[in-house]
Amino acid sequence: MASLSIENLTKRFGASLAVDRLDLLVHEGELVALLGPSGCGKTTTLRMVAGFLPPTSGRVRFDAEDVTNLPAHKRSTGMVFQSYALFPHMTAAQNVGFGLEMRGLGGAERQARVEEALRLVRLAHLGERLPRELSGGQQQRVALARALVINPKLFLLDEPLSNLDAKLRAEVRIEIRALQQRLGLTTLLVTHDREEALTMADRLVVMEGGRVRQIGSPRELYDEPQDAFVADFVGRCNILPGRRENETQFRTESGLVLSVDTTPNESKNANAFALRPERISIRPGAEGDLNGLLQAVTYLGPQTEYHVRVGEELFVVVRQTPGADEPLAAVKPQDQVSLRWDRKAPRLVPQTSF
Amino acid sequence: MPASLLANLMERPSFSRVLMRTLVLIAYLIIFAPVSMIIATSFFSQEIVSFPPPALTWHWYGNAWDKPEFLRGLVTSLQVALLASVVGVPIGTAAAFAIVRGDFPGKQAISALLLAPLAVPGVVAGSGLYMFYVLAENTLDHDIKATTQGLVAAHVLLAIPWTVRLVVASLQGLDRAAEEAAANLGANPFTVFRRITLPMMRPGIVAAAMFSFIQSFENLDLSLLLVGPGRITLPVAMLNYLEFRIDPTLAAVATVQILIVGVLMVVTDRFVKLSRVV
Repeated sequence: MASLSIENLTKRFGASLAVDRLDLLVHEGELVALLGPSGCGKTTTLRMVAGFLPPTSGRVRFDAEDVTNLPAHKRSTGMVFQSYALFPHMTAAQNVGFGLEMRGLGGAERQARVEEALRLVRLAHLGERLPRELSGGQQQRVALARALVINPKLFLLDEPLSNLDAKLRAEVRIEIRALQQRLGLTTLLVTHDREEALTMADRLVVMEGGRVRQIGSPRELYDEPQDAFVADFVGRCNILPGRRENETQFRTESGLVLSVDTTPNESKNANAFALRPERISIRPGAEGDLNGLLQAVTYLGPQTEYHVRVGEELFVVVRQTPGADEPLAAVKPQDQVSLRWDRKAPRLVPQTSF
Repeated sequence: MPASLLANLMERPSFSRVLMRTLVLIAYLIIFAPVSMIIATSFFSQEIVSFPPPALTWHWYGNAWDKPEFLRGLVTSLQVALLASVVGVPIGTAAAFAIVRGDFPGKQAISALLLAPLAVPGVVAGSGLYMFYVLAENTLDHDIKATTQGLVAAHVLLAIPWTVRLVVASLQGLDRAAEEAAANLGANPFTVFRRITLPMMRPGIVAAAMFSFIQSFENLDLSLLLVGPGRITLPVAMLNYLEFRIDPTLAAVATVQILIVGVLMVVTDRFVKLSRVV
């Protein structure tokens, strides 16, 4: 395994800038996720790392080796494609063996390594099947085995779970992460699914418009987003534009005054109040400092979501679903409720960082 | 999805189900009526076809066998169709590859031009080629018209548009990611083409070969002016026969023709599911 370093990487398609001066270091054995909406440049970045796209400028290095001008077939990365991209005319075992064959590995050793790789993904018994005879989940595991069997310098995952159903996705997520940690794979994961990124990655890179918005651990990005875009993209968030009144108060555009604690080093041009829905507590009745009218109650099983209108602002609150005898269980739309939060919970962030 | 939708429709015992089946039946009848009429007629005993036939007979098959022009025509047609496919399919495939993958000026125009032979009536194309061959013969001092080469060259023009169409379709449906995956695993561009792209194009190419063969095998209008003595294709031989006689001998010959094409389609279908390509 190698480390990956991306330096000042830029990709221009005609007039549009797909990736704009990206810098990123992925340490050996680390899983870094590129997260962002479609068109943010994350896939373009991955394709440049794999060697499918030549960068307009900048460098890509595996360890110290500059691979910027190396064609894809000489880079020795193991990539899992969104569509799995299995070779339809080859069996699972032939798919897995292809990379070894290209490395001139023949006969018994190749067969042994193919079998081992298939065992690793629990498909040893299905090696002779053609891809179309396998389920989506099985195809995905063949793709994993095929990428890993060559002992790649770098493990690249392009939205690897997006074609699986929700239940399977959660399982495979854990499986891939366990495999990645066990084998110490330096991994670059591209995804638009924040849950996938949060649960799998050591570090996240949130991208938008070809540029990095923020890099950090899942926890850092979730709790300390640097701007409103990151706050909103990494998880649900109440984002209210306005301005800082003083060290303990924030005034929204509609004039609502909210309690905050601005002592942490927050950005100077912070013009939005960001607060996660689960950091707000809600109580029936209008006896608090911040009272509002309940608009909607949505039962989500373990959690319940409340939409509360305070003045002209709408707050989304997510709480653990109350037990049947708790007062909160009885609230219904049009009831008066009061909201409160720890003054340290909200973040003041700029609405855009550029 | 459409298959399940259809299944759904078929399961519901209702008016729509009956209507659906009736329509399908009518469609099949329309498609198979001429073919089955030809096959039936080839067994009718009397010379002037009337219905119902007084008796059934193999006589016309014997009659066809006795006429050397039909057997010779069959051999010539098979030969020309085979050669035209062998020459035309690789050319069409290469052209299709360039059209789908290449990026060069005039791509659209070339793509249209390659399909153009489909739009030109065969007789017109045939007479054009005839004149061209005469000119070329004068210049090169070499026989072209009324030779197998001349005929094959003309039939290659039938193979190319079909091949381009079918192979373009199969290339457009091809998952480029599989090629990238191969490169990712260490295959150089040539190996990617040989081991991944070409096998994935195979259904389209096989179907193209079959269609090219059939197009050539049953072509009449384009060949009409280009055949020569001893180099007469089966359809032209049939037309020649028709000038003097009209009896079920032709139906017998046509039945053999239909049989050959039918066998060819069945065999091809075993290698590639035609319904997936065409």
